[in-house]
Amino acid sequence: MYQKALAEYRLKIYFLAPTLLVLIVMNVFPLIWSLGLSFTNYSSLMSKRIAWVGFTNYSRILSDPFIWKYFQTTARFVIIAVGIEFLLGFGLALLLKEQFRGWGLVTTLILIPMMLSPVVVGLFWTFIMDANFGLLNFLLGLLGFKKILWLTNPHLALYSVAMVDIWMWTPFIMLISLTGLLAIPQSLYEAADIDMASWWFKFRKITLPLVSPLLVLAVLFRVIDAFKMFDLVFIMTGGGPGDVTETISMSLYRLAFNKFKTGESCAMAYIILILIIALSNLLIRWIHRTKTA
Amino acid sequence: MTRRIVKGILIGAALLFFLVPIYWIVATSFKQWPDIFAIPPKFIFQSTMLHYKALFNLDLEEVAKFGQAGKSLFPPRFVNSIIIAGVSTLLSVTLGTFSAYAFSRFRVKGEGDLLFFILSTRMLPPIVVGIPFFVLYRTLGLIDTHVGLILIYMTFNLSFAVWLMKGFIDEIPKEFEEAAMVDGYTRWESFVKVVLPQALSGIAATAVFCLITAWNEFFFALILTSERARTAPPSIAAVQGTSGINWGQIAAGVTVFLFPVVIFTFLVRRYLARGLTFGVIKR
Repeated sequence: MYQKALAEYRLKIYFLAPTLLVLIVMNVFPLIWSLGLSFTNYSSLMSKRIAWVGFTNYSRILSDPFIWKYFQTTARFVIIAVGIEFLLGFGLALLLKEQFRGWGLVTTLILIPMMLSPVVVGLFWTFIMDANFGLLNFLLGLLGFKKILWLTNPHLALYSVAMVDIWMWTPFIMLISLTGLLAIPQSLYEAADIDMASWWFKFRKITLPLVSPLLVLAVLFRVIDAFKMFDLVFIMTGGGPGDVTETISMSLYRLAFNKFKTGESCAMAYIILILIIALSNLLIRWIHRTKTA
Repeated sequence: MTRRIVKGILIGAALLFFLVPIYWIVATSFKQWPDIFAIPPKFIFQSTMLHYKALFNLDLEEVAKFGQAGKSLFPPRFVNSIIIAGVSTLLSVTLGTFSAYAFSRFRVKGEGDLLFFILSTRMLPPIVVGIPFFVLYRTLGLIDTHVGLILIYMTFNLSFAVWLMKGFIDEIPKEFEEAAMVDGYTRWESFVKVVLPQALSGIAATAVFCLITAWNEFFFALILTSERARTAPPSIAAVQGTSGINWGQIAAGVTVFLFPVVIFTFLVRRYLARGLTFGVIKR
């Protein structure tokens, strides 16, 4: 008996140890290291002597008006993109709630955008949004619109990138909402029909309360992802024109890999990390709630 | 009746909105040079394989006639993408399945906390982990190596694989293994001979998600590779012709690159909601 328990215990360790080891070596260790670097003036480009600078990097970043501006840009991007994705995605899910012939094919086709690489998506939308030969301006031209400079007009560029994010991620919200909608027992609606309940009443009292846990989950996933937005911006505008599409990830990239201020960029990374951890904690708590519910 | 028609129109419009951009880039990859920039855009055109030939360095003479300078770097980088995505997926699914089994079947101290620690590693912004990795890899000489990128993608997908596989293994009744162990199997034997075959479709779905993530990844490939180990995403973005951006060739690269993703999406369509929420949604 004792032998067997020991064998089980060994197996458990063998099964768990590699994963935990990988995550500690590849995630925890680099993070601790960059915490150390964030208090130095280290630059990965120059081989000058590394000096301890205390909290200088942190105070420099927190007092930099541009960083605050980039945080605002990121927040604007997140709110616009995720907000519209939510409305469109949920609306689309309501449309697709009842199955019809070809339903499976249609829903799968709609899901393709979110599976593609952001780089690829960014590239072909840049092509479609080209002011002169782009498909988008041509189609709008048919409706009588003038040429729109999607990616070079400073008032518009952020919204254009948000639009591509919306194209890519509306399907995600649609999918999660749809999963929730399809799980609602049909009998609830039938009971409400007997009472001659209105469409609006059924929506408010049955549909919304039952899908809302999943909707919150989907939105939290999206907010965390959109907050990290890098690829689309990098490909489509590179942060420009000027700095109107400079999201926080983009500006961190610049600090670390264009200006090579490694120490300072580690400090900034830590500030972002704290925000992300706060957001992920929300998500994780919500996962706990949906799991136990 | 009118409600059904309105609904049909709206669904049709949504389909167009999501699919026309993809159609457009695929069509562009088959268009001849002048047609790519034609105004009004050409929906019907004479197709050509020129951009694909240029992309894969076939028929260089014909390609050169159209002002294509030098050889395309796409083929070796496409191969890199296959190797790196493939090996990293194999590793993360293997490790992930082992620990998912342990989490599912054994009593693990602080199980909840450990699982959430594992999930939280996935939430980290790539750029935040990217900076120390860059410094670390340079010291270790792992910049621009296959091993370097494989390690990162493996780590990145590992937390995902653990969560997803735990959901799949939780669904396999414990009684199967217990019965096998009564019959004299050891725990390891019953894991291999009873659990693994049952978990096969789950393993396949997990592998497909890991493959797609690694295949699509851009940021780490951008900062950690330059030549030898560079994958397709950063190189498709960098295709330049003699006169500005070579859209024909980019379109061909994009088409070749997204084709497997579309196929895989159809293969795992039943598991999409589950896969994209780390298995939190079970249906």
